[in-house]
Amino acid sequence: MSTLHHSEPVGPASPEMAGVEVRGLTRASFILRGALATGALYGAGTVAPFVTQALAQGGGGDAEILNFALTLEYLESDFYNVKAKEVGLKGQAKSYAALFGEEEQDHVVALTGFVKQLGGKPVAKPTFVFPATDESSFLALASVLENTGVGAYNGAAPSVKSKTVLAAAGSIVQIEARHAAAIDLLIGKSPTPNQGFDRPLTKAEVLAKAGPLIKAA
Amino acid sequence: MSSPPNDEMAPQPVGLVERLVRDDVDRKRFLKMAGGAGAASFGAFVLAACGSSSSKTASTAAAPATTAAATPSDSGDVAILNYALTLEYLETEFYGKVVSAGLFTGPVGALIKEFGQQEMTHVEAIKGAVEKLGGTPVAKPEGKFPIENASQVAMLAYTVENLGASAYLGQAGNISNPEVLASALAIHTVEARHAATLGTLVKKSITPDGAFAKPADMSTVLAAVKPFLA
Repeated sequence: MSTLHHSEPVGPASPEMAGVEVRGLTRASFILRGALATGALYGAGTVAPFVTQALAQGGGGDAEILNFALTLEYLESDFYNVKAKEVGLKGQAKSYAALFGEEEQDHVVALTGFVKQLGGKPVAKPTFVFPATDESSFLALASVLENTGVGAYNGAAPSVKSKTVLAAAGSIVQIEARHAAAIDLLIGKSPTPNQGFDRPLTKAEVLAKAGPLIKAA
Repeated sequence: MSSPPNDEMAPQPVGLVERLVRDDVDRKRFLKMAGGAGAASFGAFVLAACGSSSSKTASTAAAPATTAAATPSDSGDVAILNYALTLEYLETEFYGKVVSAGLFTGPVGALIKEFGQQEMTHVEAIKGAVEKLGGTPVAKPEGKFPIENASQVAMLAYTVENLGASAYLGQAGNISNPEVLASALAIHTVEARHAATLGTLVKKSITPDGAFAKPADMSTVLAAVKPFLA
């Protein structure tokens, strides 16, 4: 994975999160200590320059969070609707790509509208590059993208101020989780890679996975 | 139904939950009650209100709950967590019975068992969260589930998990404490993963609501789980 073009470290942003990750997600400690570090992380700051640029017109707050989500949805939509055809899929993989491509594009449309409603400027659709050459590598990358999407939404949601935006984020993340489970099953992996709790990801962790796929904003 | 042992049968407002199940009753009143000392008998509320065969309907109105929960918002969160706990208890019991029935083997059997274990971790996590907020975790309700054959059970599991996912989604906007919200969301997506997995098993849609999952409110969910309360 190529490195991001800035000097901030990538990884858990707080000692609590590190502790939680090392031990796995145990119960009360997860819920009431380690789970949430997003307050510090979804503020200004640790983003790669190209994403910063993309979000520059975001308007801050909920609009900025939604623009981050929109970037990921553009990515997934492009992946299923364009890349999938380049790679050439068969059978269940092909069916999933068709279905998920529709759903991700619906997410793009909805989030674009939402950002506008909040008075922000929706990010422009970036150009992506996906390192997948065949069905196997495509599905492996799909698993990474969907699971990252789950963690991204779960990470961002507690910072959202508007209940309406929160409802939308929740409605969308549930779909990403369903996609993730279906893909994981298809490739013989556990549909619950995080066991009982889909932990929130920090923005840095999300960008570590998705950043290298974004060529230009 | 018999009260679970050690359950405090605090006096309950008769029919409040029943009304909730029938129509959208004043949520704040319900949550205020369920979030307090009444939380211990939340399960008993549901059971009594759902007309179980040996219901012990109290004839006195409930005294307003005094709670160890620190603030009104904590109290609200406790109520929501106890609602979730009731659902998680039912799911855990359901999977336990399915595993005992030995209807699934191989990789599917392993998944079913794993899902049941994950629901158990939800139970433990939510109990811990309730206690940390100064509330009392609801008592484990007694469930009853038709367990006839593999395909019927798988379909029931699909239904239950979809319901659980929509229940969590329905409460996301009602939670005050951001850490409680983070944990609810972390559980929410796991229920969705379960539902999608079972969808592949029963050959039903992995996204039955389409691109946007639909939330379900408390009264809808309670009505739907009513048949599974003994």
